[in-house]
Amino acid sequence: MIDVLLTRLRLGRQTIAYPDGPVRLPDRFRGRPALDATRCPASCDTCAGVCPTDAVHPGPGALRIDTGACLFCGACAEACPEGAIRFTRDYRLAMRTRDELVATADVPLLARALDARMRRVFGRSLRLRQVSAGGCNACEAELNAAGNIQFDLGRFGIQFVASPRHADGLVVTGPVSANMRVALEKTWEATPAPRLLIAAGACAISGGPFAGSPVCHGGVDALLHGVPVDLYVPGCPPHPVTVLDGLLRLLGRLEGDRLDVTDTGVLREDWR
Amino acid sequence: MPGRVLQVRSGEATDAGAVPRLPLDDFQGILADAVTAGHRASAYFGEAWHEGVILTAAIANDARGTIGLLSTRVEGVMPSLAPECPSLQLFERELVEQLDVGVAGHPWPRAVRFEPARVPGGAGAGAPMTIPGDHPFFAVEGEEVHEVAVGPVHAGIIEPGHFRFQCHGENVLHLEIVLGYQHRGVERLLEGGPTPRTLAVAESIAGDTGIGHALAYARAHEGLAGVGPPPPRAAALRAVALELERLANHVGDLGALASDVGFLPTASYCGALRADFLNALAELSGNRFGRGLVVAGGVRHDLPDDAALRLSDRLEKAWEHVRAAARLFFRAASVRNRTDGTGTISRALAAELGLVGPVARACGLSLDVRASHPFAPYDTTPVPVALALSGDVTARARVRLDEAERSAAFVLAALRALPPGPVRAPPAPPRASSIVVSLVEGWRGEICHVIRTGADGRFARYKVVDPSFHNWMGLQLAVRGQQISDFPLCNKSFNLSYCGHDL
Repeated sequence: MIDVLLTRLRLGRQTIAYPDGPVRLPDRFRGRPALDATRCPASCDTCAGVCPTDAVHPGPGALRIDTGACLFCGACAEACPEGAIRFTRDYRLAMRTRDELVATADVPLLARALDARMRRVFGRSLRLRQVSAGGCNACEAELNAAGNIQFDLGRFGIQFVASPRHADGLVVTGPVSANMRVALEKTWEATPAPRLLIAAGACAISGGPFAGSPVCHGGVDALLHGVPVDLYVPGCPPHPVTVLDGLLRLLGRLEGDRLDVTDTGVLREDWR
Repeated sequence: MPGRVLQVRSGEATDAGAVPRLPLDDFQGILADAVTAGHRASAYFGEAWHEGVILTAAIANDARGTIGLLSTRVEGVMPSLAPECPSLQLFERELVEQLDVGVAGHPWPRAVRFEPARVPGGAGAGAPMTIPGDHPFFAVEGEEVHEVAVGPVHAGIIEPGHFRFQCHGENVLHLEIVLGYQHRGVERLLEGGPTPRTLAVAESIAGDTGIGHALAYARAHEGLAGVGPPPPRAAALRAVALELERLANHVGDLGALASDVGFLPTASYCGALRADFLNALAELSGNRFGRGLVVAGGVRHDLPDDAALRLSDRLEKAWEHVRAAARLFFRAASVRNRTDGTGTISRALAAELGLVGPVARACGLSLDVRASHPFAPYDTTPVPVALALSGDVTARARVRLDEAERSAAFVLAALRALPPGPVRAPPAPPRASSIVVSLVEGWRGEICHVIRTGADGRFARYKVVDPSFHNWMGLQLAVRGQQISDFPLCNKSFNLSYCGHDL
């Protein structure tokens, strides 16, 4: 017993400072893409040629990246001869609509909150049920991490629960394999209304690397009897802080657009 | 076997036409003899060919560090080897499902993933006719015998699968696991490659093993291109990433095991400490799962020497914390009471089933591709194989801790002495009409990728065998005679991949 207490003392507080303090991210973390379409020369499609998911579309004045399909692998930024594509450390990627996921410039966009009625229902306590429908266990692992003592979703009254009947919404991961479609539909039907539908990760939003597979549905959009997705959380997989940020903004628990990111100090020692 | 089997090494491509094409009897005889003699079928798969099917087997010989390749052509029905070689049973079921090969005498010829067949009219025909769960389960009848059905959607944030227990009171008489819910058509998406998508699909075969599968692909690609090994600094960084992945998962598993027995201190510490190793991967690659790091020809990002030293220092501290958290776990009587003697697999059974990875090593089987089929830097800097003997949950936990400790030592040393030089060789296309077998010891065990290129240099057949493919049967047998309440604990001690199996 004394060992348990001493270890507890030695390990100290593990929960991150966010949202009151900065988010510590590694130098190479790839968040929201910042695009400069004026640098795009005509007839150059180098970036499109290296993209694994057709997420990037080049063109002078027309350069855009669909962050709902983007795996944030950085291949386009690496390949672009003009430096028109850059990935920032802005982890705030979640959006309310599919269109808002398309980045065209260097302008951060933040997820809008639910309407007042829904905020009243879910604002202080949100119970979510997760369904993996072809998810590769990376998104699942990050959603699990969002609940651990480091990111601690629980301190905001958000919790993942075991049964859809106890849930206020579903968080779907994976491209929705044909073999999981029925199970996903049944889980949705078992969730009492009002309910939220959240798509986490490139696969659930657009099919990700599995888009076009004959045994997958290309994400959860419009799949469940046309039910619209309430929140899209991009990434492959989304960072737990991206998940937290999206959920808190959805609930209207986080306002303002100040971005507070610090470095971990591994790659560059002089981060302070 | 000499002359009738082509001996190759992991990651070294050879002319696809050089693989001996044997009569079916000879092929099956050699395969059965090799498996009975203790060698392992790392891959055994088919391709439709005119009116029949070409079967290819890759048999790993750990003592020699070689892989034997042989093939045959089968039309219609062949006798099943599963009764004498249980480790082949799932491979044979896969042949039935993918290629409509008849296998006579198979004890349980059920669907593997409920995927559309690859035979004409079946390939790409859209959603399969039946879905998993629509399946005649093995049933036990008798007084007070009852059935428990779990899944596909489980209580936690985990992947889907269906578990059907036949119980007598609390005791499990039989467990049948039906998978396939996660089937995404991985092999077919990889075929026709390489394309920019190939690596992303490989990294998503099992997302928690992104480095392992990306490395298996990259080494196969490099072998096919005939460009030789990647630069030494790239090889070192790849191994660091592979061991960080092992550390993150093993530490996470220790936490999850603690959670399943209700020992919360280790559960919460390890849950958070796991992040230190994921974050180290993010320092390397920008992604906590190391995505985008491994590419054919090397790695995409270098780590400057001074940054490597700082990372090493941080990981040293993280490992000390893990050791403290693990000590609490292994010393607690309330933990050992649950884990000792639970879910035991004997050494003989493990060998018979062809189990791999930490699960096999916990039964005393010394299987580790890093030792038996090493590539740089493991050939010059071996990682000692961690073993336990009791084959129970305690042994599987202990092997994870010991392995993690050795991985930590390896990573710290490697980061403090990275060889100089570039980290990426220019990419080269694969050669036409070649075949390569690539083995990598992922954190769950042996990952095997086999690629055969066509006359156009494209991937004509891409076979993936995730370690979970070998190990799910082990879990089904481990819970026999156990209390059903111990199932979550047994399951977590195996911690197998659903999507790695379902592809």
